[in-house]
Amino acid sequence: MTQKKLAIIATKGTLDMAYPPFILASTAAALDYEVQIFFTFYGLTLLRKDLSGVKISPLANPAMPMPVPMPVLVAALPGMESMATMMMKQKIKKKGVASIGELRAACIESGVKFIGCEMTVDLFDFKREDFIDGIEYGGASTFFEFAGSTDICLFV
Amino acid sequence: MDFNKELDARGLNCPLPILKTKKALGELTTGQVLKVISTDAGSVKDMEAFAKQTGNELLSSMPEGKEYVFFLKKK
Repeated sequence: MTQKKLAIIATKGTLDMAYPPFILASTAAALDYEVQIFFTFYGLTLLRKDLSGVKISPLANPAMPMPVPMPVLVAALPGMESMATMMMKQKIKKKGVASIGELRAACIESGVKFIGCEMTVDLFDFKREDFIDGIEYGGASTFFEFAGSTDICLFV
Repeated sequence: MDFNKELDARGLNCPLPILKTKKALGELTTGQVLKVISTDAGSVKDMEAFAKQTGNELLSSMPEGKEYVFFLKKK
C-alpha cells in the first residue's frame, strides 16, 4: 500500500482556528500519512516559539458559546480578549483537550513537515529566530510540489 | 485477555487517545497486544477507524462502566 498524503494550508492565527490544522495533521501522521502544513499570513503565528500570542476573540464570532449573553460593545472592551482566551484555555484543560503546544509537538515528533511562507515573513517583517527550528521556508510553488501529489488537501 | 502493555488514556479528549495509542504501539513488536483504557466516547469509533487504516488489529472494544477498553494487536 502506498503511503497516503495530506497537505494543509493554515492561514489563521487564533486559538480556535489553530486546532484544525494541528489535530488533522497529527492524526493523519498517526494513520501513517505523509503530512505537510503550509503556514501563511496569520497562520505563521502558530509557528512562534512563544505561543502566548495565540488568542481567541469574542468579537465577530456570534457562534462562540458564552456563559452569559454578551453585547458586542461589551465584548469590545479592553481586556475582554484576554479574558475569553483565559476562559477558553481553562475549558480546554478541564475537558482533556490537548493544548496547541502539545499538538504541535506531536506533529513534529511524528514527522509532519512545516513550511513557513517566505513572503509573509517578509511582508510583516517577522524574524526567523522567533519561530521554532526545523521549519522550511518557501512559497506557493514549494507548496504545490507536495500538494500536487496528495490524496487530501485542505485550506484552513 | 493477555496484553504486553497498557495505556491509560483516561480523561483525554480527541485526538490524544489515538496519538498516544500510535506512540504506544511503536514501542511494541509485531504480534504484541496493547490494552487502552479511555473515557472519550468518541474513541470507540476512532479506534475502529485507526485499526482499519493502520492495519493494527482491534481484537476487542468494550465499554466498562464509563470507560472504554480496547485491545489492539500490533501489525
